[in-house]
Order: sequence, then structure tokens, then C-alpha cells
Amino acid sequence: MSTAASARAADLRAGDAKAAPLGAPKTAAGKVAVWADERTGIAKGASVMLKKVFPDHWSFMLGEVAMYSMIICLLTGVFLTFWFVPSMGEVAYQGSYLPLKGITMSEAYSSTLAISFDVRGGLLIRQIHHWAALMFVVSLSVHMFRVFFTGAFRKPREINWVIGTILSMLALIEGFAGYSLPDDLLSGTGIRAAEGFMRSIPIVGSWVSYIVFGGAFPGEAIIPRLYSVHILLLPAILVGLFAAHLILVMVHKHTQYPGPGRTENNVVGFPLMPVYTAKAGGFFFLVFGLLTLISALVTINPIWAYGPYDPSPVTAGSQPDWYMGFADGALRLLPGALEFEIFGFTLSLNVFLGAILLIPVMYTITGAYPFIERWVTGDNREHHLLDRPRNAPTRTALGVAAITAYIILFLAAGNDIMAIRLQMSINDITEALRVLFFVAPVLAFWVTKRICLSLQRHDRDTVLHGRESGTLVRTAEGKYYEVHEDLDPYTRWKLVSFESPAPIAIGSGKDANGVSSKAAKKERRRAKLSRFYFKDRVEPVTPAELAAAHHHGEHEAIEAPSAAPQAVKRAKQD
Amino acid sequence: MNALAARRRHPAAIALLLVLGLALVGAAYSLFAPKPAQAAATAVSADAINEGRQLFLSNCASCHGLSAEGTKSGPTLIGVGAASVDFQVGTGRMPLSAPNVQAPRGERVMYDEKQIAAMAAYVASLAPGPAIPDEKVSSGEGGDAALGGELFRVNCAMCHNVSGAGGALTRGKYAPPVQGVEGKYIVEAMLTGPQSMPVFDDKNINEEGKASIVNYLKTFESQPNVGGMNLGNLGPVSEGLFIWIFGLALMIGTAFWLGQKAA
Repeated sequence: MSTAASARAADLRAGDAKAAPLGAPKTAAGKVAVWADERTGIAKGASVMLKKVFPDHWSFMLGEVAMYSMIICLLTGVFLTFWFVPSMGEVAYQGSYLPLKGITMSEAYSSTLAISFDVRGGLLIRQIHHWAALMFVVSLSVHMFRVFFTGAFRKPREINWVIGTILSMLALIEGFAGYSLPDDLLSGTGIRAAEGFMRSIPIVGSWVSYIVFGGAFPGEAIIPRLYSVHILLLPAILVGLFAAHLILVMVHKHTQYPGPGRTENNVVGFPLMPVYTAKAGGFFFLVFGLLTLISALVTINPIWAYGPYDPSPVTAGSQPDWYMGFADGALRLLPGALEFEIFGFTLSLNVFLGAILLIPVMYTITGAYPFIERWVTGDNREHHLLDRPRNAPTRTALGVAAITAYIILFLAAGNDIMAIRLQMSINDITEALRVLFFVAPVLAFWVTKRICLSLQRHDRDTVLHGRESGTLVRTAEGKYYEVHEDLDPYTRWKLVSFESPAPIAIGSGKDANGVSSKAAKKERRRAKLSRFYFKDRVEPVTPAELAAAHHHGEHEAIEAPSAAPQAVKRAKQD
Repeated sequence: MNALAARRRHPAAIALLLVLGLALVGAAYSLFAPKPAQAAATAVSADAINEGRQLFLSNCASCHGLSAEGTKSGPTLIGVGAASVDFQVGTGRMPLSAPNVQAPRGERVMYDEKQIAAMAAYVASLAPGPAIPDEKVSSGEGGDAALGGELFRVNCAMCHNVSGAGGALTRGKYAPPVQGVEGKYIVEAMLTGPQSMPVFDDKNINEEGKASIVNYLKTFESQPNVGGMNLGNLGPVSEGLFIWIFGLALMIGTAFWLGQKAA
């Protein structure tokens, strides 16, 4: 340091004046900032961070809701650990809930009752914790939908999509571990079911169950083990992955919807400081306030009504929390005929497929989607401008089909509730859902794709002919026509600034010498998929078409020509 | 005195003396006679049985047969006992409003108490069967709520739901909700096993147990909803729907509102 200082001093010539040193900070905050910067060098990083620009849109705040719900879960969870006793030791209940007085139960259940009835504010905090957990999974799912339908997972954000997918899957397991802890009749039934799922794993099932439960069900180990998983292991992984998720958002910069002035090379919005620190900070308190309001008004998981867990009783209406519902639904839909004996061993595929295999398979497909789409389109460019869902009809339709299949499974988990509430036969509901699981996604795909294409055509129409104003004009000759108002260039840009890639030509599966090769066959498969994606398409209006439309007059229909190929921006095909 | 003596040969004197004598004897008898048992008080006269038979013939016989022997459309009522009639008719399940997989609880009870008692008496007169339970059991007084809760979870919750909200059975049949149901009907249902329900006679669950179950249900109903709205006590399904519909709408609404705010 001293050498550098003396070297700098030597650089000064006679008469040179040293730059006047910045005045000492005058405000208290300034003093703290300087103190901190002198010791950590934080100013440089903070300056970059605080100047980060984010675009403004309500759908970008869905992920924020998930983040805040998670933070609320962490805060309230700490409170709950002060009183919860993660033990399966038996006690006779002596708390203030009379209908259970003197009943033998585990310490876990007894302490949860104490939190609900005897700890000041305990029930409210418990309900905030549980509602926030449900909200966490709801909002991260909807955030995922937003990212999927707008194509925000494309290069360079594939890794972040995969991290998000893993976060989403871990959230389910974290939730399951959490609602199993009170050891009430409902959650105990859930653990019993989980034990059955483990046993359905071919060959190793019973060993897995013995390892997890430390012996035969229920044993005395499962609640303490789930507790470690719920408060230590999974939160650590969740928070770590979440930090990586956020850092990558900073690294990639936020995506933005297309609009005037917005390009692949900029972000139009406001800086973190002061706009988003205020907005996002305020939003945290709004989310916290709303969740507290819900928790103060609406019961969630009234464990006192369920009674302590006992392996003999099972209650009607046993369901998991909503995010595990689809797996439960799959279990309810799978026909019993899938269980059979092979070499004297029972293979319970009717359980295994829905309860064990479904979750990893579903999340693997989800996580792999960006790579599949990239392979089909061959698009290797970076994308920072989002797609409007209608402008990617096949992707949107695939997404809706997947959500439809998920909803069918989700509904199946409530087949008994539907049967009593809608006075229908549970058998008929189950049969109908079995059929719908295969039929509904196909229908949803087709309907969604058609709707997207129609919307695109409508956009095209609006650009070419302007907006119908509803004003009818009669000319001097007695001719009537409706005045179409021209779009302003800003609105028009939104409607024309998208890409509509053409499908790749399907080859013969043979290479240049007419010999069928693996590579050529792979290329043929890719071309077929590309055709599936882009066969039906509506191209954006080109300037030439627009000029022609204006030239013809406002109300003459112009057939959308598939000509003007020079204007079609194609995705890179090779 | 003279006036009374002068009239002692009056033609009405004998009649008057007779009435006086009868009244005295009657009063003395009512004082010294052994108290009739509770059952004797409800013991039914031949008249009631006859009235019940008339009601049965005009309202029930088309399905249950002219001598309650049963037909294709309705089971025999011989041996089902008074409790069964009191339950089925008293809750409005009978007369059946429409053929269905199961008789739903009626919105309206078609007969008054006396008529129901008469029909019950008639059916009970056909063959012995479970009688209408004692007030002691059906009121739940003296039962132990905690014991009742345990019995309810072990014996009833798998169909009726742990909070008594009801549950689905196969092919459109169901276990109805037991919340807000009179104790008498709960005990009668246990005694007679209506529709798909198994019988829980006094050997399965004794009178104390039955009273405890009624007591538990009443105690459970009288508990305030400490957590707020109970969403129908249907468990995680209604909670999931709530957070998706109301929770998400609130969050998106707030996000949208905040997005509209000038930066």
C-alpha cells in the first residue's frame, strides 16, 4: 500500500493539485455507509445492485409472492419450534381442549394442541404458517405457468428453469413433512399411506420402509426424522437453491414483454433503488398482511377435530394438502388390475406408478422441456423479450394440456367429496376421470391451439384494417361502410413484433449418399417435431402488407398471403 | 244441619253419595297405588296400535306389504322395532320421496309425533325389535365426551368423517352428516343400522358408550370455531380450493394494484 501511495505522490508535478477529497459524510446514514464501505468494500457491489433495472408487470410479481410466502413460513416456523415437541412419546392430554381431556396421545400432537389452545397467539401463527405454505406452492406454480407460457425459460435461462423445477418439487416434500408433524389422525393416515407407497417399490420396498421408519410402522422414529427434514435439511436446500435462483435472475437480467423501445439488448423499467425497494418492500408487508388476515378468519387443518393418530381408525374425507392431491388422485384412478404376482412376488404397480413414479417423472419432463424445445427449434439465440402466449400456439397448447392432465388428477383426489357434495356416484366419477385423463388433455391441446391461432389472426386483422370504430358512414353515392381506426404505432408494434418460425423440411432419413444413417434419422425426427410445432402458423404483418392494406382502403378484406417470405423471420434451422 | 237432614231422602242423594264414594276411593287408590313404570306410561293401547295399523295400511303398505311382510320395492318391517320406525319416519326419510339408491334425510317430516308413535307401536307389535331408546342414553347426559370421541373415531369416522361432516360410499350411497342431528336419532341409527350402516347394538357399544358418543357430538358442535370459518369441515380439499380461488385472487389483485401505482 505504501509503495502505491508513494508512487502516486511521485506522479504529481509541481503545481498539480490533488483532487479535493470527498467531504466527510454529513448524515448518519452516510457515516454508516462510509464506515461499512471502508471495511467491506460493499459500495461497488451495492451500487451495481441498486441500479439494477427491472421491468414493471403484475405477472412478474407472482414469484415475489412465492418468495414472501417462503420468508413468512421461515419466520412463523421459528416461532412454532419454540413449543413443538417432535416426539412420539405417549402422554395423557391435560390441556384446555375438553373433548380430548385424558386421551392418550403423542407429545407431538399434545404440543400442537398446546400451540393451538394454550400458547398466546399460537393458533394464529400456526394458521399463518400453514396458509403461507399453501400460498407458497400456489404462487410458485402460477409463477411457473407465467415463465412457461411467455417462453422465459429459453436461453440463457434454462438452468434457472431447472432450479425452479427442483424448488417446486422440494416444496411438495417440505409441505408433506410439515403437515405430517402434528401426528393427528389425518396426517397419521398420510404417513401410513406414504409407508404403503414405499412398500410398493419393487424389490426394495419393504427395506425402504424399514429404514425410513426405523422398524415396523409406526415406530417411534418417524416424527423426529420428519422434523429434522422439515426444519433443517429441506429449508437449507430450499434457501440455497432459492439464492441461486435469484442470483441467476440478476445475472441474466429480467425478461420483459415486447413493446416499443424494448429490445433483446436492454431492459426498460425502473431501478431497484428507490422504486423497487419501496414497491417490493411494500408488497412483502401486503402479502404478510393478507395471509395474516386469511389466517385470522379461516381455519386451516383443525387438528383438534381429527383427534390423535391411532393406526386403527381412518376418517372419511382423508386427503393430503392440495399440492400432493395430484399424486393421491393418480392413486385413486389407477385400476387395481395393475397389481399382479410375478415369481411369487407381488408387484403393486397400481400404487407404485401413481404414488412413487409420477412425481419424479412429471418434474423430469417439466425440467427437460426447455431443452426439448431448443432441440426442435434449433434456436440458439438468447431471448430476453417474452413471447405473448398466443404467438407460440403449440407451446401454449402443450402447457394447457399438461395443466389439464394435472387438474384431472387433482380432481380425482377429491372424488369422494365431489360424490357427496354433488350427489353423484363415486364409481361414475372415477370412471369418468379415468377417461378424461387421456381425452381432456388432447381436447385442451386442440382447443387452445385453435384459440391461439384465432387470436393471432385477429391481431393480423386489426393491424391490417385497424380497429372497428362502430361509426357507419354513408357516402354521397349511398354506399355504407364502417370506419376502421388506424392503430397507433406503439400498439401496432406489439402486434407485429413477433417471430413465426417455419417448420424444417422433412428429409428422407438418408444422408447425401442415399445411405440411411443414425444422424439423418435423428434429423428426420427433429423435422417431424418441428412440423408438429410450426405447421399451423400465422405470420406477423410485414410493412409491405401493411402498406398494401392502406393502399386498398380501410375496409377491403385482404387475404393473408403466405407470400413475402423475405419478411418471415425464421429461427435458425441448422 | 237440619237442612241437610231434611233432604237426606232426596232422590239425588244416592247418586251424589255414589259419586263422592267413587271419588274418594279413586283418590285414595291414586295415592297408595304403586307408581307405574316408565314403560307402562308409554305402553301403548290397542287403540294406538290400531291407529298405527290404519296409517300403515294407507301410507306404507304399498311398498312394505299389507302385513308389513315386504315386497320387491320395500323390505319387511317385521322385527325392525319401534326405533326403526321412529328413525325413518321421524327424520323424514320415510315415506320415500322418490326411488333412489338411498333414502335422503327429508326436508319435511310428514307425520306428527302421535302418528309416528302409533306406527311405531304397530310395527313393534308385529315382532320384538329395538325399542325407542331411553332419554338417558339419547340425551347424552352423563356420557364422557373424550371417551365418546375415541369411540367415534374408531367406529364412525371412516364413513361419517372425523368431524361428522359425512362421507361418500360406493355407487352414489353415502354416510350422511351427523352434525346437528338429535341424539335420539343417532342412537336409533346405531341400534337399527339403517340403509348401509351396520348395527351397533348394546353388545358392540354399550349404553354408556352410546351416551358418550352423543355427548361428544354435542360437545364438538358447541365448541366455538376457534380458528375462524371452518370451510364445511371438509379438510384439505376445501382449504386447497380456498387458497387457489380467494388467496390467489387477493395476491394477483394486490400485485395488479401495485403495478398500476406510479413508480
